[in-house]
Amino acid sequence: MQQMPWLESAALSILVPAGSQRDPANLPGLANFTAEMVQRGCGSYNSREYVDQLDRLGAARSASVTNSHTRFSAAVPADHLTDVLALYKELICAPHLPEEQLEDSRMVAFQELLAMEDDLAQKLLRELRKRLYPDPYGRSSTGTLESVQAMTHQDIVGHVTNYYVPENAVISIAGKIIFEDVIKAVEQSFGDWQGTIQTELLETSPPEGHHHIQHDSSQTQIGIVYPSIPYSHPDYFLARSAIGVLSDGMSSRLFTEVREKRGLCYTVYAMCHTIKNHGCVLAYAGTTTERAQETLDVMLAQIRRLGDGIFEDELKRLKARIKTGLIMQQESSSSRSVSMASDWHLLGRVRTLEELSDLLDQVNTEAINDYLSANPPQQFKVITLGQQALDTSKAEGDKV
Amino acid sequence: MSVVEFRHHTLSNGLDVVAECNPNAYSTGLAYFVKTGSRDETPEISGVSHFLEHMVFKGTPTRTAEQVNQQLDEIGSQSNAFTSEEQTVYYCAVLPEYQLDALELLSDILRPLLRQEDFATEKQVILEEIAKYDDQPPFGAHEKALALHFQNHPLGKSVLGTRETVGALTSTQMLEYFNRRYSAGNIVLAMAGNVNFDAVITQLEDQIGHWKNYDTQRDTPRAQPNSAFHSIEKASAHQQYIIQISNGPAAEDNNRYASRLLGLIFGDESNSRLFWEMIDPGKAEYAVVEPSEYQGTGTFLSYLCCQPKNTEEILDLYQTLAGDIQSNGVTDQELELAKNKVCSHIVLRAERAASRMFGIGNNWVQRGEYATVQESIQRFQSVTRQDIAEVLEKYPLTQCTSVAIGPTKIEHK
Repeated sequence: MQQMPWLESAALSILVPAGSQRDPANLPGLANFTAEMVQRGCGSYNSREYVDQLDRLGAARSASVTNSHTRFSAAVPADHLTDVLALYKELICAPHLPEEQLEDSRMVAFQELLAMEDDLAQKLLRELRKRLYPDPYGRSSTGTLESVQAMTHQDIVGHVTNYYVPENAVISIAGKIIFEDVIKAVEQSFGDWQGTIQTELLETSPPEGHHHIQHDSSQTQIGIVYPSIPYSHPDYFLARSAIGVLSDGMSSRLFTEVREKRGLCYTVYAMCHTIKNHGCVLAYAGTTTERAQETLDVMLAQIRRLGDGIFEDELKRLKARIKTGLIMQQESSSSRSVSMASDWHLLGRVRTLEELSDLLDQVNTEAINDYLSANPPQQFKVITLGQQALDTSKAEGDKV
Repeated sequence: MSVVEFRHHTLSNGLDVVAECNPNAYSTGLAYFVKTGSRDETPEISGVSHFLEHMVFKGTPTRTAEQVNQQLDEIGSQSNAFTSEEQTVYYCAVLPEYQLDALELLSDILRPLLRQEDFATEKQVILEEIAKYDDQPPFGAHEKALALHFQNHPLGKSVLGTRETVGALTSTQMLEYFNRRYSAGNIVLAMAGNVNFDAVITQLEDQIGHWKNYDTQRDTPRAQPNSAFHSIEKASAHQQYIIQISNGPAAEDNNRYASRLLGLIFGDESNSRLFWEMIDPGKAEYAVVEPSEYQGTGTFLSYLCCQPKNTEEILDLYQTLAGDIQSNGVTDQELELAKNKVCSHIVLRAERAASRMFGIGNNWVQRGEYATVQESIQRFQSVTRQDIAEVLEKYPLTQCTSVAIGPTKIEHK
């Protein structure tokens, strides 16, 4: 919880431990299908009455399935927080899961899968994700046409029983709130929520090597991944800062070298991706077929160059940008509640904005360069989608 | 909210500065709105407004492109730009202590050098941007639908332009366009959040007071209603994408509040008529209707995505639902919920200085007016079912231009 008395709003994020990592091996996409069914009526409301209630409260809301959780988020004028909490309690603890709407839900899941086939960047990222982490952490949430076809009402009911439980769940609330009132409201609505997770996760290795997906498109989608460290690692901010120099802002290395100097693409970026116990770096660009090879080569060269270290002025610019971002989080109850929920999941505690600001002050060029020299970017996997496969030889030959 | 104060000042050269100043805000948003876009282009220079927006970041007599980028990052700014049919907007969100630095920088780049070698490199980036949208749903159907709907109206042209028009553009043509459109009197600076207004005005008079003011004109005819159906085959697509456009209120029409509410009731992403009839039963993947207002004219644009085999059914269903709301109007409950939705979103959005800046700038550019958050809410609250009925009568949703793109060609009556 965070009190932000200068705002008019309050926002909540509820993470339920029904992420795609918990999908049964033969039914990928079950958490996603379940989240769709859960929103079809609960407690004393049918699905229409339920969203009417949310609209009456003016709730700006979203629901999504990540690898670790199913997340429900809503922002409301602060007076309505207690009411909206009670509504989400019904959704999570008393969904109707109406069997007569199972086929409608199945169609929704099909549509989502088909539309994703047309979204080439998404399609690439899905393939990339598979190669980031050991299974089940690399799974996408949508499943396959076959698995969606196979899901039964019993599967959905079982999934809610097993994973819509308070163990590993997080409720995060920020905005114009008073702690005591919110604690009372959460106790009142979620106090009797029961259940534990009974299954263990089994890790298996991700697919090795590079991969190309043939597609008749104007642009080639390029993805590069390599291993890094998770958010909970003591050196995380050093690794994150290095990637910031590579990709945050208009003066970052990738933007300057790939787009500004060479005009190779419109979109190019790199980011630290992190889950609880693993982390990696993921880079992306989209560029026309003829220029794809040069784009890949320049990206790899810039990523490798990080191993030689970064400069003082690059870090200074990055810190200014991050500081702005931290302060601007104070303007939004939603982004604060999402960050807090994510912290709690990844760290088991929340980093306050003051703590983040102190961590930022402590980061310096020397520490980053020591880290980069000990951990130069290597073990790249290159995934491409487009008319032609690319020469990936520049991704080989790691320092030993 | 009582500490919030609206300020307006016209510089000696005619450039309007508007600001909603809130001394308690954590950040400052500032944006130059240039009143120029694709509607102000002739066919042979189609795409020049957007290309110019990119070139503005490429350096000035006193700064290289690299310096512009570095300095925008040094002040920790979140900055970017975008181009629409009638505006080109350059914006920056910064911590309050950097507002004058940000202002100096944004003002400087608005008088760009347009170097030939930068022009050639950036042209490649624009062509990549065009290629990116070629690969993305709805694969150009949006531009095609606007072209069919607007016919020879100036709003019928694409913002990005085409490979051919952008490919053939010269820096001389761009400079000529710049000189014609970037008059001081054709630009508005909008600010919101923690704004030091007096210091802003002093700095601006000093830095940009010499910008020339000359006449810029724009034709603003009302578009003629049109009905046409056009189908395009794209073999690699998996889904069918349908864009439909009908006429709607213009930016200066008072019934735009009613039309916004109508859009939510009929085609919002959640809890609208299209949602319950198309999305909830899984008949369509996406079904949204949104009004857009331009000077002199407006549109309702619907975007539908469904399985190719269901295209006929979805097109018929859309006509049935549009026909029903056309004849029977909306219910009291629908209207009340839509008002709640929109008013709550206005309050939530207003918490960010940057989103207030867009709202204030847009309102000033389109109508020359300022409205507080409370006034905006009041205008939505006062809409009646009768107001919505009048919008429907004037702008029937059933009469639309449709473009479908997908793996097979569609024959539709």
